Amino acid sequence: MIAIKGASKSYDGGRTFAVRGMSLEIRAGEFIAIVGTSGSGKTTLLKLINRLIEASAGVIEVEGEDISALDPVLLRRRIGYVFQGVGLFPHLSVAENIAITPKLLGWNEERCVGRVGELLDLVRLPRDLGGRLPETLSGGQGQRVGVARALAAEPRIVLMDEPFGAVDQITRGALARDYRELHERLGLTTIMVTHDVIEAVLLADRIAVIVDGEIVETGTSHDLLAESKHAYVRELMSLPRLQAERIGALSRKTAG
Amino acid sequence: MEALDPRILEALDFLPNYLGQHVILSVSALALGLGISLPLALWGTRAPRLCWFLLTTASVIQTIPSLALLALFYPLLLALSLLTNSIFGIGFSALGFLPSLLALALYSMLPILRNTVTGILGVDPAVKEAAQGVGMTPIQSLFRIELPLALPVIMAGVRTAAVWVIGTATLATTVGQTSLGNYIFTGLQTQNWILVLFGCVAAALLALVVDQLLAIAERVLGRRRRERVIGAVITLGALLFAASLTPLARGQDDYVVGAKGFAEQYILASLIEQRLNAAGLTASTRGNLGSAVVFNALRAGDVDLYVDYTGTIWTNYMRRSDTGTREFVFEEMREWLDATHNIGVLGALGFENAYALAMRRDRAEELGIRTIDDLAVHARNLVVGGDLEIFSRPEWAALIAAYGLVFGEERTMQPTFMYPAVVGGDVDVITAFSSDGRIALYDLLVLEDPRQAIPPYDAVLLTAPQRAGDLALSTALGPLIEAIDIEKMREANLSVSRENNQLTQEEAARRLWQSIAAN
Repeated sequence: MIAIKGASKSYDGGRTFAVRGMSLEIRAGEFIAIVGTSGSGKTTLLKLINRLIEASAGVIEVEGEDISALDPVLLRRRIGYVFQGVGLFPHLSVAENIAITPKLLGWNEERCVGRVGELLDLVRLPRDLGGRLPETLSGGQGQRVGVARALAAEPRIVLMDEPFGAVDQITRGALARDYRELHERLGLTTIMVTHDVIEAVLLADRIAVIVDGEIVETGTSHDLLAESKHAYVRELMSLPRLQAERIGALSRKTAG
Repeated sequence: MEALDPRILEALDFLPNYLGQHVILSVSALALGLGISLPLALWGTRAPRLCWFLLTTASVIQTIPSLALLALFYPLLLALSLLTNSIFGIGFSALGFLPSLLALALYSMLPILRNTVTGILGVDPAVKEAAQGVGMTPIQSLFRIELPLALPVIMAGVRTAAVWVIGTATLATTVGQTSLGNYIFTGLQTQNWILVLFGCVAAALLALVVDQLLAIAERVLGRRRRERVIGAVITLGALLFAASLTPLARGQDDYVVGAKGFAEQYILASLIEQRLNAAGLTASTRGNLGSAVVFNALRAGDVDLYVDYTGTIWTNYMRRSDTGTREFVFEEMREWLDATHNIGVLGALGFENAYALAMRRDRAEELGIRTIDDLAVHARNLVVGGDLEIFSRPEWAALIAAYGLVFGEERTMQPTFMYPAVVGGDVDVITAFSSDGRIALYDLLVLEDPRQAIPPYDAVLLTAPQRAGDLALSTALGPLIEAIDIEKMREANLSVSRENNQLTQEEAARRLWQSIAAN
């Protein structure tokens, strides 16, 4: 579905790299999490895929097409994107925010209105929220609208940049579960950037770990939890492992 | 309730015309300024170097005094009009509306440019990236996201520009465009403070009203009602179109009489208009024109006739530094005007309005001053007050040179204020005008000019090239030639500027005619 082959990004003509020689294959229907510390190049990698950032070197293919040969505007309209900090347009209503990409694609008014209703249902928001301005929404509602906007034009691929940050734990968990369900139901291919390894373990089929602009390891949660050659990955995965062991012990105690 | 001051009633009579013209001018200038600067600013937000250039240029324009900017546009447009006339056979009136419109539009540009650039560049980068991320082209992002979000800042700039334009439009009067400034300039020249105040208050009220209307417009725009926005654009466009038609159509009157910006000129213009009307001809006056503006307007035919003074033509246009008798200067001037500009001279009116040095009589006697020669002895300890242009005029240089005059201090002021200044002792000598009624009123001593350093300033009636051989005109105005002596003119001038029983210029003109006809 998406093939990243030796992608690099440098802002200073090759002296330093935000992303260096990354390669990653993402299959159709896969949910992949990109994990790493802040400043490691996670977001840059995500933006290379829809050309919000242009790669300095390497090839990126989306659904078999080299994206450097595509019109970036048209490319972005067929890939959903959930922004860090949501990025809703403050002067547009919820419904107008959701319908923005369909409108750009030239859908008629009736189809747009229908789609907005559908999406509000899909992200479990009441339909009468459509007329409100983003500033009147709670954090969790805003993030659901962000997801709805990304899904509006029926993309097959969704890119998410820290999509469930900045809300409380319970809301965050509910959002994440709901999205995973949508991912299954709609047959999406999702790439999610997160710094929260537990979220990655709970949601993703596979995890790619980035350190200093390079992918150091890729694998299923199971693989990475079991063993890793890389010290940073072992340290990263120790947290969910410890948590799981502790919670496991606690629940056995309760059961016993 | 006490009856309103008659001067207020008189001022109210002019209000529909002055206010209407002021509004048309201001709105057109603002629309034009907006139409030019908004696209430029939007382009500028995409091109930093262009942006720098635009803002710097606009700032430089802003530093040019508004009066100078207005005055500069007149000769510029005149040259352009002559050019288009010679190439396409289409000329246009370079006087009045057009120079005012262009100068004011230029003035409105800085706040609009700056606020638009600031507003657009100030939009949250995360929102701009989101616009790009959902698949907007840069243009779509600009119009759907950045512009609406920057709207409050942009509208603040538009409102600033509107207030500036409405205030500055009062100066359009000096290039022949009727505006609320007519109250102010006429009032200043005739010491009619009620008129001045009336003009200021009217302009201020208009500025407030327009500012509030724009605030409402901003709220409507903010609601993103596309049909209303389109409606507003159409309204503005229609208004601009209607406004642009008015000045192109020259008045329906047979003659346009020009007048410079002081009381004597208003009276004489009224007198000419009344005489033309009496002969069954129609005429309108373009008053408050600058000295150079009115001469060029006559040359270009925007004005059919006006009264100038031989000395002014002699020094300013013929660039002569010598002098001679009244007859000699008059004849030389007549030949020169005819040969170089095809301007006709109907004749002299009979009085001189010369520059003259005047002092309080008691002060002159105390110092033993009777002539300018006597003055030269004491000048080092004296302060001279002059109108806004005298100290830079060639006549002044000639006078200084002829008598070796060195004053302790030179102070410039509005002509209106010179007389009270010399009477009150703020200055010792003033560059008075010999036909000014206040010389007699304040019993000022006009110093003799034994070396004849100041050229004669006979009032003369000049006619535009296209009026050569106009019999109806010369017949109607013939009775004015050599008919106004200095006493008659002084009395008329005094009657419109005195504190008590002040006359309107029309009334003063009628009385002047009565005294001419009685002879």
